[in-house]
Amino acid sequence: MDALDRKILNRTQLGIPVSDQPFADIANELGCDEQQVIDKLQTMLDDGLLTRFGPMFDAASLGGAFTLSAMIVPEERFGEVNDIVNAFSQVAHNYKRQHTLNMWFVVACESQQEIQTVIADIEQQSGLQVFDFPKQEEFYVGLYLPV
Amino acid sequence: MSTNAIAFLNSENPELSIEQQLQLFNAIESGLPLVAQPYLALAEEIGVSEEQVIAMITDWQQQGLIRRFGLVIRHRKLGYVANAMVVWDVEDEQVDAIAEILAEQKVVTLCYRRPRVLPHWPYNLFCMVHGKNRDQVEAQLAQICQHSELKSLSKKLLFSNKAYKQRGGRYQHQLAT
Repeated sequence: MDALDRKILNRTQLGIPVSDQPFADIANELGCDEQQVIDKLQTMLDDGLLTRFGPMFDAASLGGAFTLSAMIVPEERFGEVNDIVNAFSQVAHNYKRQHTLNMWFVVACESQQEIQTVIADIEQQSGLQVFDFPKQEEFYVGLYLPV
Repeated sequence: MSTNAIAFLNSENPELSIEQQLQLFNAIESGLPLVAQPYLALAEEIGVSEEQVIAMITDWQQQGLIRRFGLVIRHRKLGYVANAMVVWDVEDEQVDAIAEILAEQKVVTLCYRRPRVLPHWPYNLFCMVHGKNRDQVEAQLAQICQHSELKSLSKKLLFSNKAYKQRGGRYQHQLAT
């Protein structure tokens, strides 16, 4: 990644203008040309540094249901329970964290009812309790990770 | 498209028919075309004007269907390999004020209120802090905690030891943890 890649990545993280020539607007700000912005973004997409480019929808508005869940998994059973949890297609972002509650994952479903079913199935298959931390309120944060 | 999202389609919109709104939604769901005039390209695809597309998208942003226009980066590939969940025990009536302070911090990438689960878990405000290494994350958190309102709060920093499943499911692009 070169200096211009970094500038483009940092600028586009702040948002893409909704205007007739958004990439020319960004190029003007950064002092490069429009085609460079387009080509470099395309290369970063092709290389997998970016997974998506464009509008981010409000997941809840689109009708999905989500929760954050955690479990207390005995160290010697971690691998086995991990396989049980990850086998569910509704599970995303499973992380081991340093706490008594040591397994944390997101459950993303079509409905609240499906979430309860997935949690009950995980509990039944693992023999362990799943603690549920549904979002009560979201505070808007502008995601920005400078590179 | 779910019924919730359909509620955003406006049958009284004088510019675009319901069918055209649905076509536009489907066209941008997978991302914006990477061409010099992306909104014109979308307009031509569905047979309306560029101005109509821009007006509709602006409307969706104002209604909150579109949260932001930007990109999703693979943070691990870009060197952000240390990710910590930072959780706070905040008095219920203070949550909004504290969350507002946290959301202003550049290094905080998500901030949610969630229920306490006693006795295991007294924390009710969750945020994520990303950094290139653990030292950086700890230093960033220490700096945040200089803030007078945050200093005395009980908190916990939980690093992830390992990402067992970083993405998955159809909502993966929505979940920028």
